Amino acid sequence: MSAIYILWKRELIRYFRSKARLVGSLGQPLLFLVALGFGLGPVFAKAGQGNYFQFLGPGVVCMGILFTGVFAGIQVIWDRQFGFLKETLVAPVTRFEIMLGKTLGGATVAFLQGCFVLALTMLLGFRVQHLYLIPLALTAMFLIALFFTALGISIASILEDMQGFQLIMNFVVQPVFFLSGALFPLAGVVSFLSIISSFDPLAYGVDAVRGSLTGITHFGLVTDFTVLVVISSIVLALGSYLFSRVEA
Amino acid sequence: MDDIIQAQNLTKTFKDFKAVDNVSFNVPKGEIFAFLGPNGAGKTTTVKMLTTLLRPTAGTIRLNGIDTVTNSENARKTFGIVFQDPSLDDELTAYENMEFHAVLYKVPRRELKERVEKFLRFVELWDRKKDLVKTFSGGMKRRLEIARGLLHKPEILFLDEPTQGLDPQTRNKIWEYLQNLNKETQITIFFTTHYMEEAEQVAHRVAIMDRGKIIDSGTPTKLKEQTQTKTLEEAFLKLTGTAIRDEEASGTDKLRSHARMWRSR
Repeated sequence: MSAIYILWKRELIRYFRSKARLVGSLGQPLLFLVALGFGLGPVFAKAGQGNYFQFLGPGVVCMGILFTGVFAGIQVIWDRQFGFLKETLVAPVTRFEIMLGKTLGGATVAFLQGCFVLALTMLLGFRVQHLYLIPLALTAMFLIALFFTALGISIASILEDMQGFQLIMNFVVQPVFFLSGALFPLAGVVSFLSIISSFDPLAYGVDAVRGSLTGITHFGLVTDFTVLVVISSIVLALGSYLFSRVEA
Repeated sequence: MDDIIQAQNLTKTFKDFKAVDNVSFNVPKGEIFAFLGPNGAGKTTTVKMLTTLLRPTAGTIRLNGIDTVTNSENARKTFGIVFQDPSLDDELTAYENMEFHAVLYKVPRRELKERVEKFLRFVELWDRKKDLVKTFSGGMKRRLEIARGLLHKPEILFLDEPTQGLDPQTRNKIWEYLQNLNKETQITIFFTTHYMEEAEQVAHRVAIMDRGKIIDSGTPTKLKEQTQTKTLEEAFLKLTGTAIRDEEASGTDKLRSHARMWRSR
């Protein structure tokens, strides 16, 4: 237990220590909220879909979690290149504890990032529909954070160095975000896109957060949460397996 | 006295390359043992196997009687290690790096502060405990790593080229710490180095490895007598030859690392 705690603590210390990164990582969500939220708002309203900013807010929150989570997981590659991973691997703790500590730490960081982005959207005019559903939204946010951190660690366990990083960004992270329905409603899109999106883990995450905060869902909250819990468990197991095979 | 490190018929094969080939050696408790050899001889691979980071293809290792493969978690408690490359977290302070290590090695909470202070003072870094490691010089990082490796009171300390790239002042200081510690606590010290005069000065016994095999071992005096040379360096060169070893580092190396990126296992 104490090993998991200290690994978790390390991630948090590192996160709060670099204030520049903390502020900087709010830049991208801010850009999306201002440029897309305010820019596309009138078009969205004219199409009879209501308030776009209300629609977009939860999507941008999930974006923040997605990027921070995957980055936190991929940190394992840095740890390996800078040698710190070896220090952890020769310690008398199991690989599973290391993986769990790192994942929980990274997920907490990604979750906090999501909370900061949520606060930012509210500053810019996002309104929560039912306050009593906020805990539900936070749960969904944590599950998303957990899923993508564990995914990041799984990927980092297979990759040998940072050269594959761009590949992951372009072929995994970006598509996962853009096809998740964070930016546009999934209802009524062409069928092939709808099918692809139904395989996108983030689609259920975005839908769960949006459903809890605004009352609008595509898949339904029960489906959303079932999918989130199942896929998070699967990727945690996968991550533990892949990480257990890492050699320093 | 019992041999605290027992390595028997160790072999490690990478694909079709035998990095370590049927190597056996013992180190008695309390000894300072130097493991020498040209670049690419298999020293680091051996150290990695001794410290459970690599699984031997064949052979067994016992540290303080504990098998490193079947009982790796207990084996890990018996040793501390200073790696060839730095392995500190640059974004944490010296104290936080020590604390991280102490918790991972289950140092009792009530002893933690006292012990961190003791070892930071030992390597003369207590004044810098609140500074981020990234502000440290190479020598300070090395000293911190040594303090960290001793924190859980191991019986064996492994050091892989601990003085590489350090100035003579730091080198002397580091060996002064380690020799004192060895006298006081009977800690066994196993180290690799390319500085022959260093090995000659501090090691009770040395082993020379080349092309994956141990070609000779004994006290520095014995090796010098055997080869009829005046210094350990001359003895070393006589035993291993004067030709420069090419570690695999060619134009194809980049390609190879590219291909390795997606591990096919």
